Amino acid sequence: MPEPLLEVKDLRVHFPTDDGLVKAVDGVTFSIMPGETLGVVGESGSGKSVSFLTVMGLITAREARIQGEVIFEGVDLVKLPKDEMRNVRGLKIGMVFQDPMTSLHPFYKVGDQIAEAILAHRKIGKKEAMDQAIDMLERVGIPRPDERVRQYPHEFSGGMRQRAMIAMALSLNPDLLIADEPTTALDVTVQAQILGLIDRLKQEFNASVVIITHDLGVVAEHCDNIQVMYAGKAVEYGYARDIYYDADHPYTWGLLQSIARVDAPRTERLKPIKGLPPSLIFVPPGCPFHPRCPYVFDRCRTEVPQLLPVDGHHASACHLSLEDKERIFKEEVMMHQ
Amino acid sequence: MVKLVGVKKYFPISRGIIFQKHVGDVHAVDGVDLEVFPGETLGLVGETGCGKSTLARVTMRLFDSTAGSIFFEGRDITKLRGKDLRLIRRDMQMIFQDPYASLNPRKTVGSIIGAPYRLHKTIPKSKIKSEVQQLMELVGLNPEHYNRYPHEFSGGQRQRIGVARALALRPKLIVCDEPVSALDVSIQAQILNLLEDLQEEFNLTYLFIAHDLSVVKHVSDRVAVMYLGKIVEMASGDTLYMNPKHPYSGALLSAVPIADPDLAAQKNRIILEGDVPSPIDPPSGCRFHPRCPQSRAMSLAQGLGDQPHPRCTEEDPELTPQHPGQVAACHFPLPDRAVMQVNAG
Repeated sequence: MPEPLLEVKDLRVHFPTDDGLVKAVDGVTFSIMPGETLGVVGESGSGKSVSFLTVMGLITAREARIQGEVIFEGVDLVKLPKDEMRNVRGLKIGMVFQDPMTSLHPFYKVGDQIAEAILAHRKIGKKEAMDQAIDMLERVGIPRPDERVRQYPHEFSGGMRQRAMIAMALSLNPDLLIADEPTTALDVTVQAQILGLIDRLKQEFNASVVIITHDLGVVAEHCDNIQVMYAGKAVEYGYARDIYYDADHPYTWGLLQSIARVDAPRTERLKPIKGLPPSLIFVPPGCPFHPRCPYVFDRCRTEVPQLLPVDGHHASACHLSLEDKERIFKEEVMMHQ
Repeated sequence: MVKLVGVKKYFPISRGIIFQKHVGDVHAVDGVDLEVFPGETLGLVGETGCGKSTLARVTMRLFDSTAGSIFFEGRDITKLRGKDLRLIRRDMQMIFQDPYASLNPRKTVGSIIGAPYRLHKTIPKSKIKSEVQQLMELVGLNPEHYNRYPHEFSGGQRQRIGVARALALRPKLIVCDEPVSALDVSIQAQILNLLEDLQEEFNLTYLFIAHDLSVVKHVSDRVAVMYLGKIVEMASGDTLYMNPKHPYSGALLSAVPIADPDLAAQKNRIILEGDVPSPIDPPSGCRFHPRCPQSRAMSLAQGLGDQPHPRCTEEDPELTPQHPGQVAACHFPLPDRAVMQVNAG
């Protein structure tokens, strides 16, 4: 059995604020194997971004109360001192953020920004760093990289900026690439290009990838495993096939039934999830999804369901019995699809 | 209900600080013919810079067109001004994309939804509050929140406020400009269902604009695909899904992620190179030719080299009939089942 690249164990990230304690991540456990693409799916406030910002050490004990372990290549990153974390971030774990315009500094040339990332970790000359930056821009499919490297972010289109961000994230050959909503701000044909690029580069760089998104279609097409998050917790986990053909959590069912699908006949009415996502300060007791769950019963209101295996790999955090889950999925969710 | 003939909208570009010189134009909408029939939902889909939002605003007379005519219920409204235009405005309303930017943060919800009544003076002032509260209930808002401000509502609720405001004067046509793009997935479904219910109840006609083909296909009777200021294809959602004829429609369709791993694996991928070009200097002939894989394939097949086919660089294709109810502007339309090889669900 190969060792996991990343193991997150019962991670909790709570932010003390004037309004109360925001429990952004509240007990999340998962692992990523080498060569895997994990999709983390959830809506706003699910905790998906905060989880990985914490993994990257961009959220620290200075701003949040962090509990649990983040074990990367055998080392617990939560306990790592700042200067040692700097050797991991960028070098071993690269991150691509959602809005490339706010992640790239508008006042510096793109080439300089990529070279700066390289120089932060490698003791090489400026010229060599710049050559590597040009090489990276070429590898992410930017034409005329030697010219582009001297341009500013505003001279790049949205798709190109995102490619530049990917270039920066991969420039030091990390073992793990985290892409936080990498295509949300992009046109759909550009999105397809960028996702295809990530798939290809994953092979070339021999990296594991995490794609954080709210788009169920994106994870269906590009991810091996999927984790569904809600109100700071992981509510379901499994192979992509498990999630789409054998989902075992009412929130996942709700998501699957509420999205407009290009392959669905028009007469199918969308089935929204009633209600609103909860406040992360006043999270409902018991199962955080219970106020919106059509299948709620007494136990749900008081006892937090654990993420338990349904079969080997597939896990769900729900008190419903396996028989009930399978029946409901078959009779109600599959019918819709 | 709405007929557009040869509509163009160019935005001039000027250079110079003291003396402004007209150096060019953004060809936002570059010759569009379109008809929207009463009671239907016409979907308008396209990516950044295709001109769909501009087209919507020209239709609503929020912009003056540079050329062409706009007819509303048979009447030429292209050059209407003042009082006449204001009267037409009762019949066509708009719902905007950004639920955070489209509501005045300094006005209460009641005031926002009631504004159309006060502007058009269609009902006495004393009756406005009760009308507004009825509208609020209709769109799923609590009428007791009449005096609250936009920031006290969630994104989805704010969008409902926008819908209520659009509905106030009981318009005939509502232009929905990306009404759900800024919302979480589970809320999108709520708003789309609401729009569907209201359409039935009030016999509304919708011009529905979005970049998400899944959403557009779900709500629309017919879908028009726009690229760089022109309509390149128009068909029913199902026809577009099964048999897209314009290579851009094919690329758009193949790019839409499908929440079904097996079905997704069967898609024929048509990946486009590069980004959408600027509408300032559109390519010659068919404006899609620089990115068109079909054009290159035809050129290669005819021994003319690995480049766009000469016919595509020289001649701008007209919209020609394809399958029944379908038109596409292409010299070498895609074969049937070019993207999805199996039937829809």
